[in-house]
Amino acid sequence: MTIIKKIPDKLGQHALCAGCGHGIVIRLIQEVLQELGQADNQIAVVGVGCICTATSALKVDRFQAAHGRACATAEGIKRVRPNVVVYTYQGDGDAYTIGIAESLNAAYRNENITMISINNTNFGMTGGQMSWTTLPGQKTETSVNGRDCELTGLPFHFPEMVANSQGFHVAYAARGTVNDVKSINQTKRMIRNAFEAQLNGEGFSVVEVLTACPTNWHMTPQQCQERISTSVESEYPVGEFKKRG
Amino acid sequence: MAKELLKGNVAAAEAALRGGCDFFAGYPITPSTETLEYLSHRMPELGMKERFIQSENEIAAINMVMGAASAGARAMTASSGPGISLKAEGMSYAAHYSIPFVLLNVQRWGTGLGSLKSGQADYFRECKGGGHGDYHNIVYAPFNIQEMVDDMYEAWDVAEKYRVGVTMFSEAVLGQMMEAVEMPPFKKREKELDWGVDGTGTKGMKYPTGDGWDYVEFELEKYNRIIDEMQRWEFYNVEDADYIFTAVGLPARACLDVIAKLRARGEKVGMLRPKIIWPFPFLGFEELHRVNPHVKGFISVEMNDMGQMVDDVALAAKKAGFNVPVYCYPCGGGVPQVKAIIAKYQDILDGVLKEKY
Repeated sequence: MTIIKKIPDKLGQHALCAGCGHGIVIRLIQEVLQELGQADNQIAVVGVGCICTATSALKVDRFQAAHGRACATAEGIKRVRPNVVVYTYQGDGDAYTIGIAESLNAAYRNENITMISINNTNFGMTGGQMSWTTLPGQKTETSVNGRDCELTGLPFHFPEMVANSQGFHVAYAARGTVNDVKSINQTKRMIRNAFEAQLNGEGFSVVEVLTACPTNWHMTPQQCQERISTSVESEYPVGEFKKRG
Repeated sequence: MAKELLKGNVAAAEAALRGGCDFFAGYPITPSTETLEYLSHRMPELGMKERFIQSENEIAAINMVMGAASAGARAMTASSGPGISLKAEGMSYAAHYSIPFVLLNVQRWGTGLGSLKSGQADYFRECKGGGHGDYHNIVYAPFNIQEMVDDMYEAWDVAEKYRVGVTMFSEAVLGQMMEAVEMPPFKKREKELDWGVDGTGTKGMKYPTGDGWDYVEFELEKYNRIIDEMQRWEFYNVEDADYIFTAVGLPARACLDVIAKLRARGEKVGMLRPKIIWPFPFLGFEELHRVNPHVKGFISVEMNDMGQMVDDVALAAKKAGFNVPVYCYPCGGGVPQVKAIIAKYQDILDGVLKEKY
């Protein structure tokens, strides 16, 4: 049997750290959009963070949004181009910390856009500071003795929040990982669901992906894998919190 | 077409639609809210229900405007001083990507929450930048509602020609008062934009990337063209004037009454009214110098506390060859009274009010 490696047409090169999960997610997005026949019908609105070193991997119409504002910009684009697949690609700091207002309000209005958020439990681009998704007790550059949730709040669960809170009526909310082949395939199905929801006009869809940050976690990729499948997944369960109707 | 009696904020909104505006995002704030309210029902009436967003905050609004404009819309937001402070980040991003859009600032007086008095305290912010980095918006400063309608009608043609933001420098009273105006017919953009995001990836945003000299030169070329082509002003009784008032917006209308009253008692006064305040009409001062090189002084009348435009008046006067004192009457919040301006003029003649420059 001949195995042919198929690289999606719109995928370019990135300059991310070795062992980072971003690259896998970007590839999954492009695989799904190509399979859905939307490769030439997509606009990516990218946040500020590690994605800034990977925008060249997205050889598509894209807009580099201001920090935290990607959902607002994506809404403006989608209202003008309703037939184009519009998605944001943001880290947890961008989407949930500085961008909490824009992200929650886009979900609240059930805007027909897709949010792909990368949760690596810290601000990666700036060198590993605490974000709202940092685990209790996790050491970062701004929580050197471990995150003190008494003072800084508890880990932030965006997909659960928009899936289960009264007043929200999003189309699809899920969380996956890209830790191994099985989880990569599962996450790909989630991303497909999210884009299909948008194509059907069902409303806001979000897929959060738990990824490794070897550089700022000060771990080898193998240690990162272990951490995700244990402590990270026990705080942030993988699954679909709002299934499509 | 017959004239209609319209409130400034409503007239500005309708004129925007006539000029091709097909996206609006905004947040309520006195004294600009009527623009948001009017568009909330007028845009659905015109088949643009989805093109209107009452946003969660001012920041989201400007980012929605940026997205919409990048996707090909003629997009606008409206607010007042405090709200536009929040939009400053977005305005800087829009400038960086050369995104054309229109911003209506119905100014109130003051810093912080300020007050609801009419004001022109945002001159520095609107004309000198406001967000981070080097950039300018073209800033129209209409002094009646018809002029605001005409400016708004032209705004996107100009914004798209240069790929720059356009600010409408309105003020509380101009936004709230009513005047008879004639609305122009609906128009659309003449030819398709050769940039933007449409999903195909074939055009893109088309601005120089990176931080090298090609970006700097792109910016300089754009802004220098605007400086050359967009200076606008109006003269009133300047030919024989000893003293020239400089004012924009409603203070300029007060100055017209001041000129009539002072002329009636034999005082030779006139006015140079900038119609666009960025680019500032340096050429207007040069023309004034050709027409009347004997001016004894300039008096800048402004609705703020310390005088802001007076800096540009002094620079423009100096560059034009006038070596004369430049005075300022910053009247604080609210439209200045004619008698108060005349009293300040008398103070200047009596040597009580000293020149600022």
